[in-house]
Amino acid sequence: MRFERRHIISMKDFTRDEMDYILDRATKLEPLARGGRSDLLAGKILALLFYEPSTRTRMSFETAMLRLGGGVLNLGSKEATSIVKGETLADMIRVVSTYSDAIVQRHPSEGSALMAAEFSSVPIINGGDGAGHHPTQTLLDLYTIRKESHLDNLDIAIVGDLKYGRTVHSLTYALSLYGANITLVSPPQLKMPDQIKADLKARGARVRETENLEEILDSIDVLYMTRIQKERFPDPTEYKKMAGAYKITIEHLENVRDSMIIMHPLPRVYEIDSSVDTSSHARYFEQSFYGVPIRMALLTIVMGVEV
Amino acid sequence: MSAEKELRVRPIRDGTVIDRILAGQAMNVLKILGIKGAYSDVVTMAMNVPSKELGQKDIVKIENRELEEKELDKISLISPGATINIIRDFEVADKYQVELPEMVEGMVKCINPNCISNTKEPVISKFEVKKDPVQLRCIYCENIIMENIAEHLL
Repeated sequence: MRFERRHIISMKDFTRDEMDYILDRATKLEPLARGGRSDLLAGKILALLFYEPSTRTRMSFETAMLRLGGGVLNLGSKEATSIVKGETLADMIRVVSTYSDAIVQRHPSEGSALMAAEFSSVPIINGGDGAGHHPTQTLLDLYTIRKESHLDNLDIAIVGDLKYGRTVHSLTYALSLYGANITLVSPPQLKMPDQIKADLKARGARVRETENLEEILDSIDVLYMTRIQKERFPDPTEYKKMAGAYKITIEHLENVRDSMIIMHPLPRVYEIDSSVDTSSHARYFEQSFYGVPIRMALLTIVMGVEV
Repeated sequence: MSAEKELRVRPIRDGTVIDRILAGQAMNVLKILGIKGAYSDVVTMAMNVPSKELGQKDIVKIENRELEEKELDKISLISPGATINIIRDFEVADKYQVELPEMVEGMVKCINPNCISNTKEPVISKFEVKKDPVQLRCIYCENIIMENIAEHLL
């Protein structure tokens, strides 16, 4: 499989075989991700260009690189850089790609990662481009599902903002390649766009929609919760009503399958009550950890290092 | 009737006749050609001309001018069935239908204000073109333009 020096921009760039290859690589590296150090990427440097706040993505890439024996260059605060002087992203990429072996980038404009790839002499890994793509989140979601549940014949419910949520669009795209049964749960004003649903069905996913979270809880393997932003609701009363209807508490879990797992890309706000955290179904903190082996896998792959 | 017809198709010595323009798009074709007001040569525009095949069509005739590829590509985006007649010395020297390109660069402004192509970055807008109906998909942010394409032409 040819990955060396390839950019990681969108899940749509991957075939199912390629996704499986990355997940297999992450499985091999997971013991190392749990504690330890190797010299697989000794002498390699990863640049982190984050133009927007990030906790999990930035820190897990740093952890991944350090566990593999490599070094990390951080952009630091905007105020301390030439960004305040008006330097373009294109120029920044041209320069930083001469200092590093790969660049992870998060930028507020859609398409910024693809543009960066046009100017970079090293692989660009998209850590989020506005409302666009966030492929490493999708890969760690797939890894979590494969590890903690199963990807074949999967019944998954995805809950929340299905209209604007980039995580959800990327994830459903990837799951469609595995022929998953996808239940979309959202308030009417945040339903998944018709075009995306049609694409999912065309690729082999079975898709159904409901506004009622409780009615589907006993028939799924994975419950994937997402945050609904308050700004989407001009009327605060409407928001409060909706927030109650899409919140999961320990009481909801009485009749679910024993093996059912609950995921969330984090940060959560109200969607999952803290009473769920200690249940056998909660997997969102493990999911967050799996970002490390997945990012270790991607870094070794784009830097052309065999594991 | 025949006098009326003669007036509409009055022959020109040299220039271009853009025929079978989607009814209502003639003004946009003039905009594409940069003809906004004062112009040195004769320009004739006919709107809502009865047509057996199309019901109605628009026609634009420009004397002493042949169109550039970029202009033809832009016309194809707003009226994919338009035909171009190149007239030289009163004869039709060439006749063809405009052809939708697979990709257009630097011709269309993305509708997404948050797209990287709408920033100060040194990047030229690029769109993949789909036919029937014409759809433009921004390769950077993946937004699709389907309606009022003329309004987004650069």
